Amino acid sequence: MLAYIIRRVAQSALVLIIVGLVAFSMFRFVGDPIENMLGQERTVEDIERLREQLGLDQGFAVQYFRFLEGAVQGNFGVSYRQGRPVAEILIERAPATLELAAVSAILAVIFGIALGVFTAIRRNGFTANFIMSASLIGVSLPTFLIGILLIYVFSVELNWLPSFGRGETVQIGGWTTGLLTESGLKALILPAITLGLYQMTLIMRLVRSEMLEVLRQDYIRFARARGLKDRAINFRHALKNTMVPVITVIGLQLGAIIAFAIITETVFQWPGVGLLFINAIQFVDIPVMAAYLMLISVMFVAINLIVDMLYFFIDPRLRVDRAGGH
Amino acid sequence: MTDFSEQMTSENPVQKSRLRVFLDSDIFYTFKRSPVAVVSTVVVAILVLSAVFAPLIAPTNPFDPSSLNLMNGFTPPMAPNAFTGESFLLGTDDQGRDVFSTILYGMRISLFVGVAAVLFAMILGITLGLISGYLGGWTETIIMRTADVQLTFPSILVAMLIFGIAKGFTPIEYRDQMAIWVLIIAIGLSDWVQFARVVRGATLVEKRKEYVEAARLIGRKPYAIMLRHILPNVLSPVLVIATISLALAIIAEATLSFLGVGAPPTQPSLGTLIRIGQGFLFSGEWWILLFPALTLLTLALSVNLLGDWLRDALNPRLR
Repeated sequence: MLAYIIRRVAQSALVLIIVGLVAFSMFRFVGDPIENMLGQERTVEDIERLREQLGLDQGFAVQYFRFLEGAVQGNFGVSYRQGRPVAEILIERAPATLELAAVSAILAVIFGIALGVFTAIRRNGFTANFIMSASLIGVSLPTFLIGILLIYVFSVELNWLPSFGRGETVQIGGWTTGLLTESGLKALILPAITLGLYQMTLIMRLVRSEMLEVLRQDYIRFARARGLKDRAINFRHALKNTMVPVITVIGLQLGAIIAFAIITETVFQWPGVGLLFINAIQFVDIPVMAAYLMLISVMFVAINLIVDMLYFFIDPRLRVDRAGGH
Repeated sequence: MTDFSEQMTSENPVQKSRLRVFLDSDIFYTFKRSPVAVVSTVVVAILVLSAVFAPLIAPTNPFDPSSLNLMNGFTPPMAPNAFTGESFLLGTDDQGRDVFSTILYGMRISLFVGVAAVLFAMILGITLGLISGYLGGWTETIIMRTADVQLTFPSILVAMLIFGIAKGFTPIEYRDQMAIWVLIIAIGLSDWVQFARVVRGATLVEKRKEYVEAARLIGRKPYAIMLRHILPNVLSPVLVIATISLALAIIAEATLSFLGVGAPPTQPSLGTLIRIGQGFLFSGEWWILLFPALTLLTLALSVNLLGDWLRDALNPRLR
């Protein structure tokens, strides 16, 4: 088992090094950094001096190593467009994205599991069938259309909720939060639903199929024969045993939520990291793109690693299989 | 030639024409029995045909400035314009462009990008899948590890990144012209993994069979064995993935264009049209947004349903 963990960690490190290489190549080969940093009025000496200062006269490997060193310390250079250090901009923008992602994930998990259990228990009921059909449409709708639809209904027609921005925010230490003001909470509702809806339908369908599988098992029949209450059977015996695949999917979807936040943030002009990234692509702001790429890879790789480990600890059968199989 | 084929059909009833073979096949039988499949095929066919023949069907050419009249701007659907008295089936946008025509031309670009991206992903995926399945060893390790790494990231994110990098490489004056091709490459590169995985798996099974052994014994070259012998036998799952990928590629293209990192306003796809239409949602011109959005939905949903049906129909376990 230790060997397995070591192998996974080594793989993750390799992935990060490769992603770092991609990010570095973007710096190195897309556009000329000197051109970007010096204005129109420059002399040959200026160029030479800056080239030396930035270490661009050294070999590829040395430069790459320096880039990694800087990246590990959170130094990604200066944004071409805003003229400020990328790390500073990212730290400023991160709370908005993390709050949005966390609230959507919580919504998706709570409603996904609840609806999944409901549709599994009442699987021939009218409401359950209706929810299942509706979820199919939910999966086919592109995220941005869901966002626009919600804006149209709740902002334009009903005028209940704001259609863009974060509302009022409160500063706590270095963290700006929108969770403590009324307008902040109101502004969060539509983006959180937009972002969480797809994940919710995914979790719901998974919980439903896993529940249907478990409910057929002998020990459930036995529990019924013992005269246990329906609620105890459904939740304590059945739901608990569906949790292994569900937790895996939830974990892997956390990364997807952060990535799909790009779309939601653009629709709602939510001032987070995703919107920053889209603007960086539009204006070819390489340092921001590279930093975002590195940041999101670290996040994805970490999530994958944690989920793999969790899987291992939650389900004892896997431990035996893997140890015996190899 | 004609005599020969007539002879074949009249004297030998066992030999049937290709069309007849298709019409009698299992797959066509299940197709006829599935209303969802028939309806979605008809819808896809109508949409594709109207996109291909857009210049003939569209009442105006929305990209010919001489045919535009700014006075026609913001005409609601099916109602005469207050100044000019002209009326448009689905209304007009801010510049007086007929929405129906822009949708037809936009669908052309959406479909072209979608189909081209899937073809690109398919060719790349099949090639890499065949090579890694047939050759094995280091080649396989490198290709499949790359696939694993790429699969860790959502494909839309990969497409965005590739689009951004490629945009950085193209000189500024060519960016708008090249955007469509960059988009095709970005979506294609983000989507090859599925094809490579399936083809590799099937190749691993096929290469142990006797006919491959026989081909090797008579001295056929590896590439000939891969292309002429193995490839035809691994194509049916590829077809299913291609159909489902097409729906995903159309949505991916629309999403990228909607976010402003795809088709430029000079060559608007359905996603670009939705992006433009979103700006008029608050001022009440709903038709500029609604009709492109509905078209995109219909297109994506019907291709998706067709893919679902194809997957079930070609899956021997479900029959």
